Amino acid sequence: MSRDYLEVRGLRVVFDGFVAVDGVDLTVLAGDLRFLIGPNGAGKTTLVDALTGLAPATGSVRLDGVELLGRKEHQIARAGVVRTFQTASVFEGLTVLQNLDIAAGASRSWRTLLRARTAVPEVVERAMATTGLTALRDRRAGELSHGQKQWLEIGMLLVQDATVLLLDEPVAGMSADEREQTGDLLRRVREDHVVVVVEHDMEFLREYADSVTVLAAGKVLAEGSYAQVQADPRVQEVYLGPGTADPGAGPRAAAGGT
Amino acid sequence: MSASAGSLRRPAAARAGWTGRAAVAGAYAAAAAVLLLGAPALLSDFRLRLLTQFLCLAMVAVGIGLAWGRGGMLTLGQGLFFGLGAYIMAMHLQLSDAGPGGRPSFMVTGSGAPWWWELFRSPVAAVVGIVAVPGLLALLLGLSVFRRRVKGAYFAILSQASAAAFALLLVSQQNTIGGSNGLSSFRQFFGYALNDPVNRRLLFSITAGLLIAMVAVVHQLMRSRFGELLTAVRDGEERVRFLGYDPAVVKVVAYVVAAVFAAVGGAMFVPVVGIISPNNVGVVPSIGFLIGVAVGGRATLLGPVLGALAVSYAGSELSARYESVWIYLQGLLFIVVVAFLPGGLGSAFGALPRPGRGRTPVVGSDEPGPAPAAQDGPSLVNEPEPFGEPVPVRTGEVR
Repeated sequence: MSRDYLEVRGLRVVFDGFVAVDGVDLTVLAGDLRFLIGPNGAGKTTLVDALTGLAPATGSVRLDGVELLGRKEHQIARAGVVRTFQTASVFEGLTVLQNLDIAAGASRSWRTLLRARTAVPEVVERAMATTGLTALRDRRAGELSHGQKQWLEIGMLLVQDATVLLLDEPVAGMSADEREQTGDLLRRVREDHVVVVVEHDMEFLREYADSVTVLAAGKVLAEGSYAQVQADPRVQEVYLGPGTADPGAGPRAAAGGT
Repeated sequence: MSASAGSLRRPAAARAGWTGRAAVAGAYAAAAAVLLLGAPALLSDFRLRLLTQFLCLAMVAVGIGLAWGRGGMLTLGQGLFFGLGAYIMAMHLQLSDAGPGGRPSFMVTGSGAPWWWELFRSPVAAVVGIVAVPGLLALLLGLSVFRRRVKGAYFAILSQASAAAFALLLVSQQNTIGGSNGLSSFRQFFGYALNDPVNRRLLFSITAGLLIAMVAVVHQLMRSRFGELLTAVRDGEERVRFLGYDPAVVKVVAYVVAAVFAAVGGAMFVPVVGIISPNNVGVVPSIGFLIGVAVGGRATLLGPVLGALAVSYAGSELSARYESVWIYLQGLLFIVVVAFLPGGLGSAFGALPRPGRGRTPVVGSDEPGPAPAAQDGPSLVNEPEPFGEPVPVRTGEVR
C-alpha cells in the first residue's frame, strides 16, 4: 500500500549569514499527526516557510518523491502542500462562504471564474459542517471571533485538495473546548493527510501528538513519541525542563546562538 | 415598456433579491433609456456635448473602480492608456481627413506619414489598435510589475511615472505627433461630419452605449468568482498565493480591463472634444481621473461613474466662474475623501442600502441585509499587512 509522505533532507535556510534552519531531515507519513516543537527561534516557522516556498532554502523537499524546493508559493500549494499562519489570515472583507470557495478554487478554469457562484461546492459544504461554521456562512470573516477565524483557516486547508497540511499554532488563543474540537478534527484529518503542527501548547501536544520532532537552533534535536522526547535529557535541557510550563522563557538565548 | 417584461417574472426576481436577472436587465434597460433617449431630448447641443465628454472620463473611472477599488492597485497613471487610445483615434481621424495617401496637415517636413501612422489608416486597424495597443502594453507592464511583487505606493509611483514619460515623449515629437499642441481640427468621424448636430447625437449614443457596456462588464466581474478573488488579492495577496493562485495573473486581468476602458474613453474623447494634447494625458489628468472615483466610492459599481460625472460637472460649472477656487476645492475634496471617507462621499450617509453594490448572489441563502461590499479599505493603497510581521520582508524578496 502506498501512503503519502513528506521527505525533507538537509534543509538549510540562511538569512544574511544567520542560519535559521541548519540541515534538517524530516520524514512524515500520512496517518501520523506530527508535532513540531522547540524554543523560540528554533526555526519552526522558518521550516514551514521553507517548505511552502516563502523562505529561500537549499536541500531537498519531496512530496511522494516529487521535488518541491525551488518552486513558487502558488505552485507548491497546487502540488499539495498547504499551510496556515500564526495569526489568522482569512479575508476579512469576504464572507465565510467566499473565503472557503476561494480556497477550494485554485484549479478552476477561467470560464468558471468569470461566472458567479451558482451553488455551494460540496467540499465547501462539508468543510463548513466539519468546522461548525455553516450557520455563519454569510458572516464576514472580519466579524468572527478569534477561534472561529482559526477554524475558518483550518476549513480553508480542508477544501484545498491538499496532501500535506502545515499548521502554525492552530490552537493559540482557543478555549479548552475549542482546542479539544480542533484536536479531534486533526485526528480525523491525519487519516488521509500528512499533518504537521507547530505548537507551543504542551497540554495539547501531550493529548494529541502521535509523534514529536524537537527543533533547537535550526537542528533536529530529537524525534519520537511524546514520552520518548520528554525523556530525552537534551530536550529537557533546552526545552521541556523540569517544571517549565512556559516554553518561551528560558532557552531563547541558547537557541539564538549559532 | 421594457419594465413590464421584468415585472411579469416577479416571483423569481423577488426570491433572488435585486440581483435576479430580470431586475438587473431592467435596471440596465432603464439606464439606457434615460441616457439614450432622455438626454438628447432634454439637453441643448452644447450641454449634450459636455455630457458626452464627461461620459468619456467616466469610462476611465469605471476601470479605475475595478483596478483600484476592487483590486487595490492605485492606478495613478491611467493618462498613459487614455492617451494611447486618444492618439490612435486622432491619428486615424487626421489620416482620413487627409484622404487616401495624404498626410496630416501639421507635418511640415518629410514626404509621407511615418509608418506607425500608416498602421492606423484603415478604420478597422484603428479600432483594433485602440483596444489592442493599450491592452498589450498593460499586459506586459502589469505582468512584469506584478510578478516582481511591486505593489502599493511603489506601483502607484511607477504608473504615474509612466504617464509622465508618455507626456514628455509626446511633447518631444513636434513634427510627428504634434508636440505640445497635440492633434486637433478633425472634420469627420468614420465618414460622419463632426459639425453636424445629428452626428454629434450619434457620437453621444455610441459613448453612452459603450459606458453602459463597460459598467455591465465590471458588474459581471464583480459578482463573479473572479471578483471575490480580486478582493481577496487586495486584502491578502500573500495569503492568496498559498491557496495556489498566482496573484499577478488575477491583478493583471483587472489592470488590462482598466487600461482598455481608459483607452476607449480616450478614443471617444477625441472626436467629442476635438483635440488631444499632452496636457490631457500627463500626471495632472491622471490624478484627475482618480478624484471622481474616490468621491463616488471606489469599491462600488456605480460610485466611480457617478463620482466622475459629478466632479466633471462641478468642475465645468465652477471653473468658469471661480477659476482658481476649483483647483483647490478639488484637491481638498480628494484629501477629505481619501482620509476620512474611503467608501466615497456616499458612505457619509451611513449604511443606507443602496443598489449597485457588487453583491454576490448566494443561492438558497436568505441573506437579510445588504452584503457590505468591501469598501472600507483603510488607506489609499489598500494594503494591510498580510499576516502579522514577517512575511513579505524576507531577504531575497524583490521589493
